[in-house]
Amino acid sequence: MTESKAAPSNGSILVVGGGISGLTTALEAAEVGYEVFIVEKNPYLGGRVAQLNKYFPKLCPPSCGLEINFRRIKDNPKIKVLTLAEVDKVEGAPGSYNVTVKLNPRYVNENCTCCGDCEAACETEISSDFDFGMKKIKGAYLPFEMAFPARYVISPQIIGTEDAERCKSACQYDAVDLDMAEKTMDLSVGAIVWATGWEPYDASKIDNLGFGQYPNIITNMMMERLASPNGPTKGKITRPSDGKEPESIAFVQCAGSRDENYLPYCSYICCMASLKQTTYIREQYPDSKVYIFYIDVRAPGQRYEKFYQKIKEDENVSLIKGKVAEVAEDPETGNITVTAENAVTGEKVRQTVEMVVLATGMQPTTAAAKPPADLKYNEDGFIINDFEKGGMFAAGCANKPADVVSSNQNATGMALKAIQTLVKR
Amino acid sequence: MDKKYGVYICTGCGIGDALNIKALCEVPEEEGLPVQTHPFLCGKDGVELIKKDIADKGINTMVIAACSRRVNFDIFKFDGCIVDRVNLREQVVWSHPRSEFPALTEDQIDDGVHFDRLQMLAEDYLKMGMAKVEKIKLPEPYQVETFSNKILVIGGGITGISAALDAAKAGYNVTIVEKEASLGGYAAKVRKQLPDQDPYDTLALPAVESKIREIESYDNITVRTGTLVARLAGEPGNFTVTLKKPGEKIEFDVPYPLPEEMKFDENGKELDVEAQHKRFLEYNKGKVDILKFDPSGEKFGAVVLAAGWRPYKPKDDEFSHLGYGELPDVVTNHQFEEMAAKGKIITSDGREAKSVVFIQSPGKGEDDADFNYCGSVTSMVALKQAKYVREDYTDGKAYIFYQHMRTPGLLENFYKSIQQDEGIFLTKGEVIGVSKNGSGMIVEADNTLLGEKMKVKADMVVLATGMVPVTVDDPVVNMAYRQGPAFRDIGLFEGYCDSNYICFPYETQRTGIYAAGAVRRSMTMEESVEDATGAALKAIQCIESVNRGVSVHPRSGDMTYPDFFFQRCTQCKRCTEECPFGALDDDEKGTPKPNPARCRRCGTCMGACPERIIGFADYNIDSVGSMVKAINVPSEDDYEEPPMRIIGFVCENDAYPAIDIAGLNRLSYSADVRFIPVRCLGSMNVIWIKDALAQGMDGAFLLGCKYGDDYQCHFIKGSELADIRMKKIGDALSSLALEDERVAQFEVAIDEYDKLPKMINDFVENVEELGPNPFKGF
Repeated sequence: MTESKAAPSNGSILVVGGGISGLTTALEAAEVGYEVFIVEKNPYLGGRVAQLNKYFPKLCPPSCGLEINFRRIKDNPKIKVLTLAEVDKVEGAPGSYNVTVKLNPRYVNENCTCCGDCEAACETEISSDFDFGMKKIKGAYLPFEMAFPARYVISPQIIGTEDAERCKSACQYDAVDLDMAEKTMDLSVGAIVWATGWEPYDASKIDNLGFGQYPNIITNMMMERLASPNGPTKGKITRPSDGKEPESIAFVQCAGSRDENYLPYCSYICCMASLKQTTYIREQYPDSKVYIFYIDVRAPGQRYEKFYQKIKEDENVSLIKGKVAEVAEDPETGNITVTAENAVTGEKVRQTVEMVVLATGMQPTTAAAKPPADLKYNEDGFIINDFEKGGMFAAGCANKPADVVSSNQNATGMALKAIQTLVKR
Repeated sequence: MDKKYGVYICTGCGIGDALNIKALCEVPEEEGLPVQTHPFLCGKDGVELIKKDIADKGINTMVIAACSRRVNFDIFKFDGCIVDRVNLREQVVWSHPRSEFPALTEDQIDDGVHFDRLQMLAEDYLKMGMAKVEKIKLPEPYQVETFSNKILVIGGGITGISAALDAAKAGYNVTIVEKEASLGGYAAKVRKQLPDQDPYDTLALPAVESKIREIESYDNITVRTGTLVARLAGEPGNFTVTLKKPGEKIEFDVPYPLPEEMKFDENGKELDVEAQHKRFLEYNKGKVDILKFDPSGEKFGAVVLAAGWRPYKPKDDEFSHLGYGELPDVVTNHQFEEMAAKGKIITSDGREAKSVVFIQSPGKGEDDADFNYCGSVTSMVALKQAKYVREDYTDGKAYIFYQHMRTPGLLENFYKSIQQDEGIFLTKGEVIGVSKNGSGMIVEADNTLLGEKMKVKADMVVLATGMVPVTVDDPVVNMAYRQGPAFRDIGLFEGYCDSNYICFPYETQRTGIYAAGAVRRSMTMEESVEDATGAALKAIQCIESVNRGVSVHPRSGDMTYPDFFFQRCTQCKRCTEECPFGALDDDEKGTPKPNPARCRRCGTCMGACPERIIGFADYNIDSVGSMVKAINVPSEDDYEEPPMRIIGFVCENDAYPAIDIAGLNRLSYSADVRFIPVRCLGSMNVIWIKDALAQGMDGAFLLGCKYGDDYQCHFIKGSELADIRMKKIGDALSSLALEDERVAQFEVAIDEYDKLPKMINDFVENVEELGPNPFKGF
């Protein structure tokens, strides 16, 4: 069978992070014929894209590509997936690394059939991180419907409570194991690809934009969840304060990005994301008005430019070149007044809307949490690739801000860089 | 292989509670097949039970009736065995609660009136699984006749060089083909490169020279300058490539399709097929047919297409409002770069160009778009070239008028460093005109950041025109494929040799040929270098997959391939024409020649074939047809008011998972529908629908991906082709005196599981309104 003609070289590759970049690197390397380990800190694969409603510019669901990738994993015995796992220690040199991986307890073992009995039995509700706290889920939960691996998780928040026992006794298959403890395992690999991804920039740090202060100001990632069929509102976009269907929405571009006080760089995706989210709103509410406050609309290249031009044709969409300086809430209505200086006319523009979306940017996960490995970082925390040295590489948004297409291109290339390290050995 | 059957029914996850398992077991028992049940089949004991049967009884063909095949994939995998998974959980009991689909009471059993819809559903699915495993075989890998693992890189610019180096470093032999006399491409013609390392704020010296030197240190890289690809024939792992000198005319030049205008006679009437073919032969006189392989051609396994771009050529008067074509010192960014690379920037009459205006957007009317074929690269090139002005003249001034300054990601640092330069003025603005002013020019702009109107004196004006991919002008790869020498349908991407996939950016419509760099998208050199690495990986992966005899994306690892029963081929050419990947080349009679290594295993050929002679080891006309026939169609002989029977062919990539998720969410829908998963709707052969209707089923529908410009079909054209076939099926239906409405196709995205129940139920209702199929019971 396939094993009879092995890859041209021996050795394994460790991919840290099971988001779209990590999945891509892992699959592309494994399909050449190499053994690959994916270490993912969440209980599921898919990372940020699993939280998205649609991709720009095609407006197709990310779960479609994820499903294909999951199937590729299922069909490929060369890939080993470790979820709830984190890299604890990396020793060695290019071609030969010893990695210690910490495995956090899931409290659910391989007996799980996804029947959902534990979820039904559990009474405690916890806040869903996947939905940025906009939804309550049970303490025993399936991360999302298409989750891979398709296996329940018991939140550590209910461990030690009666609820945990209830979950355990509800399970007919002996899948709930409340004694599960943290474990470590060692891996010997020849190359490591860090695909540790990004975090949405914490919008509450931006003092003038009112996030956390006014409920009707949300972030773009929250908007993705609101618009998702499996999100807190089952895809219906409503404003948080009172569940009203918003008739007017403002997008505040560069919320944090391109700003020396917060993120000095451009986060690459937020312009296209807001244009995309404009289509969500305009589709649901034909009479709604959308105002986009921007510095530059970064929609480069034929395909993105075309998308932008199409959005611009909509007469209910206004694009205003100007950076938003302040926001204020009318406490009675919950409406928000956005103030910006129109950079072209010089006038102060005030626009009152029912809901505001902050186009917050991306911050590398490694800005706050540096992996325990000998890596170089730039000032903003992105990993700098050292191809001369080899052995360890950053892929996707661990390396720079990028959209999904560029991340996948980059991640495919990093699979080859990893393979080169194995070949050299 | 001598099949030894075993049927295993899991009764866990609610299956045993909802169904009459004893009655279900009778289905295989009646056929003489051994059946076992287990309350937890995917658990250790359950799997042991199956393994024991394999070891003790030699069972090698099993039907596992339990959960969806999307889960427990690793658990129910047994080497050397044929396995079919019958989805009793997600698509039967979870989506059809007993509260809505009640079981029969004692009195109702066999009363000729009542029936148990849910039990019927489960029994049908089990029968379908049994019918399927009887008709399928274990696949054996396809091996190409002669195998080459050499990589051909087309284009010796910075992208091609990088791809070659990256493949060579992984141990592969590479040949770079470059049409010019030397390597380097555009990268060798610039003064400086954009910032290429952190903190991305200073220009870099051209890197291509050192890369060319690096190539010399690799003896597994061959460089062929002054060379073009005349034709590329065969299939991945076994391409036969004819190379030639530019301008040469040789018999192995690939035949080109007849230009559109030559397909019509002098009166504008379209010529018939034969006359067109005659003209085609005349048009390609001196060239041999694609099926004749060049005996002295070179063998390659895969191709990286890095042919790059050419500067945009403005049409006459296209930018006359900007003085282009009239004023000699209005130039494009490409012309400006050429001059800057040679030396100081001077005007056409030799004056020092100390004031240069860069225009980023042609700005006619309300339009704030950049020039055609632009991208962030043209924004950044303007910043770079503004810097040249400052390098050449300490008192030089550069003005950049843009609509949107596009310096995404970390390149924002470069933009900021330029903003620090007091000799460079950046402003949003719409340039309304460029006019002559003495020996210089005046550039007028409106809606600028500095006030309403603005006038700037300029010695030179630079237009940020775009990078046109060379595939706009020329097929370049010159594939000796019956579907033509060029990539198909790239008009959708303005001629860029791009894929339509966000998730899978390297997957094009031609297996084994991977595009990289500016031929794909306007890119900077730094981005192109990165893109080249990915394309090199894909080329290597394709070679290794062919070597193992398995498919590449999206059915990666699939060992099956289409098998043809040629004796019955009627040379209708449909398979050759419809294959989304151009995998088939027919001969002069029209008999298709399969090239399995070009194939992605979607089965579109199988769906297209009216003679039904194409099939895969584990997926063929007979296997699916037998599943259709296995469905029990109750008639009035059985019940007073028999239930409807409707068949749904569902795309296994998106629709099938969506149905599963509907089940996981316990969304319910009609129990009178039977689903059959298909590899792609393109593989749906209308015979299955005709058979179903002839068998008395009341309706049939297809459930597949969205099509159109933003198609979601992983096989590009599958759902679109199915739609065409379904439209044609209407005629066949009317000849049977059946209503068109009995057959339909629905587009569904994978995340639209919540819409599925209504979609299905509405269709069932419509069919119910039409009444039962008159053929029922015959």
